[in-house]
Amino acid sequence: MATALQFPANVSTLNNYNDLYPDWTQREVSTGTTIMAVEFDGGVVIGADSRTTTGAYIANRVTDKLTPIHDRIFCCRSGSAADTQAIADAVTYQLGFHSIELDEAPLIQTAASLFRDMCYRYREELMAGIIVAGWDKRRGGQVYTVPVGGMMTRQPVSVGGSGSSYIYGYVDSNYKTGMTKEECLKFTAEALTLAMERDGSSGGVVRLAVISEQGVERQVILGNQLPKFSTV
Amino acid sequence: MALSCVLEPALSGFNFENSTRNIVLENGSEEGKIKAPKPMKTGTTIAGVVYKDGVVLGADTRATSDEVVADKMCAKIHYIAPNIYCCGAGTAADTEKTTEMLSSNLTIFSMNSGRNPRVVMAVNILQDMLFRYRGMIGAHLILGGVDCTGSHLYTVGPYGSMDKVPYLAMGSGNLPAMGILEDRFKANMDLEEAKSLVSDAIHAGIMSDLGSGNNIDLCVITKEGVDYIRPHKESPFNYKRQAKYKYKPGTTPVLTKTVTQVELELLDETVQMMETAGSS
Repeated sequence: MATALQFPANVSTLNNYNDLYPDWTQREVSTGTTIMAVEFDGGVVIGADSRTTTGAYIANRVTDKLTPIHDRIFCCRSGSAADTQAIADAVTYQLGFHSIELDEAPLIQTAASLFRDMCYRYREELMAGIIVAGWDKRRGGQVYTVPVGGMMTRQPVSVGGSGSSYIYGYVDSNYKTGMTKEECLKFTAEALTLAMERDGSSGGVVRLAVISEQGVERQVILGNQLPKFSTV
Repeated sequence: MALSCVLEPALSGFNFENSTRNIVLENGSEEGKIKAPKPMKTGTTIAGVVYKDGVVLGADTRATSDEVVADKMCAKIHYIAPNIYCCGAGTAADTEKTTEMLSSNLTIFSMNSGRNPRVVMAVNILQDMLFRYRGMIGAHLILGGVDCTGSHLYTVGPYGSMDKVPYLAMGSGNLPAMGILEDRFKANMDLEEAKSLVSDAIHAGIMSDLGSGNNIDLCVITKEGVDYIRPHKESPFNYKRQAKYKYKPGTTPVLTKTVTQVELELLDETVQMMETAGSS
């Protein structure tokens, strides 16, 4: 399984700040997140929380971490907000150009390769854990994970971000092959809720999207509508 | 890919020619040690809110240099385009120059394409530039504007991250300001409500943060135009100077005066003819 992102490497444990300027102004904006993607027959379900932090301050509590790369290809971003936004912009351009050249919808594997090339080449400078998911005509719904360091692998279900460590057990025990779209949506929403309850860097609302041949359907589950568990 | 604006050429990183000189100066002999000057930070409260007809941006007006107030009437709401304004927090020089560069690029773009610039374009240019400099440019910016696609409010961080939100506060005073905004923000407010909300948010920042203070500036941007209210609210603690500190000519008596003529000798004379005739 992909290595989980614990905390950004530039978080210092000893605060070194002037009384006038709080510490979080020196920190980089991190998505410190939980992201997830699941394949089903006919498409993929992707989901993410909505919290962006700068140190201990929540810079944006309604972030959209599900970024469209092409008509039926999305990426889920975790890690440094600036790095992932810049990489996503660059790949969107490259993939759009490629698609126009081919006069055909691009493959998910192509998009994932573009992400992998950039994440691997600049692995020392970047901190980005990305899950690429979508639907194409050749192979249907696919999920590829490109964690920190620049590996790429296809998985039927993938989780990422700092909150993913808390739900590996849940995902491993509850995933079944051959789930329907509704089962996948429920599975993703519950997994993300559990991660958000335990991980301080994840929270807010749950954003979900279903990508299939018909297109993209997006939904938001607000805080008070999240599934309830007895211990949380 | 054709660019219809002039960005500065992508040089590789910063120019570090002077860093060895600085190290020598700072670690010099005991008498010769020189401390490098600290960059002036704006230690600020800035806020923005999207309301029914447009965007309201607000800022305080204090610029600090460590513990001293360097500028009591600093303008933190910068002009980007006739329909786009930007509030800047962080290092004063960085926000100033970044917004000026952005404004020039958008003006060139407007002239080239005949279109009014869009807020999302300003955001993309800023993101590109700040990401390229990897956080070395300390500019935390709030961009607000109204274009043909609607009213927008964006924040761009110094590392190049961007967020699009309906209300926002930045700077060292953003925690108290955010508290006011979270409590009273509603979608589609009218103008007076929005102005008073932003003004109160900045006021909370001024009251609770040492780095913010003095007056409150507001900038209201709508489809029809811009109302830059500077200042919207003045600080009640304006200290007027008690006396004039200029010395009248003749205050210092002249005791002696000596005039020495300096003899200059013409050593060498060269004449260069210029091509003034026009050529076809």
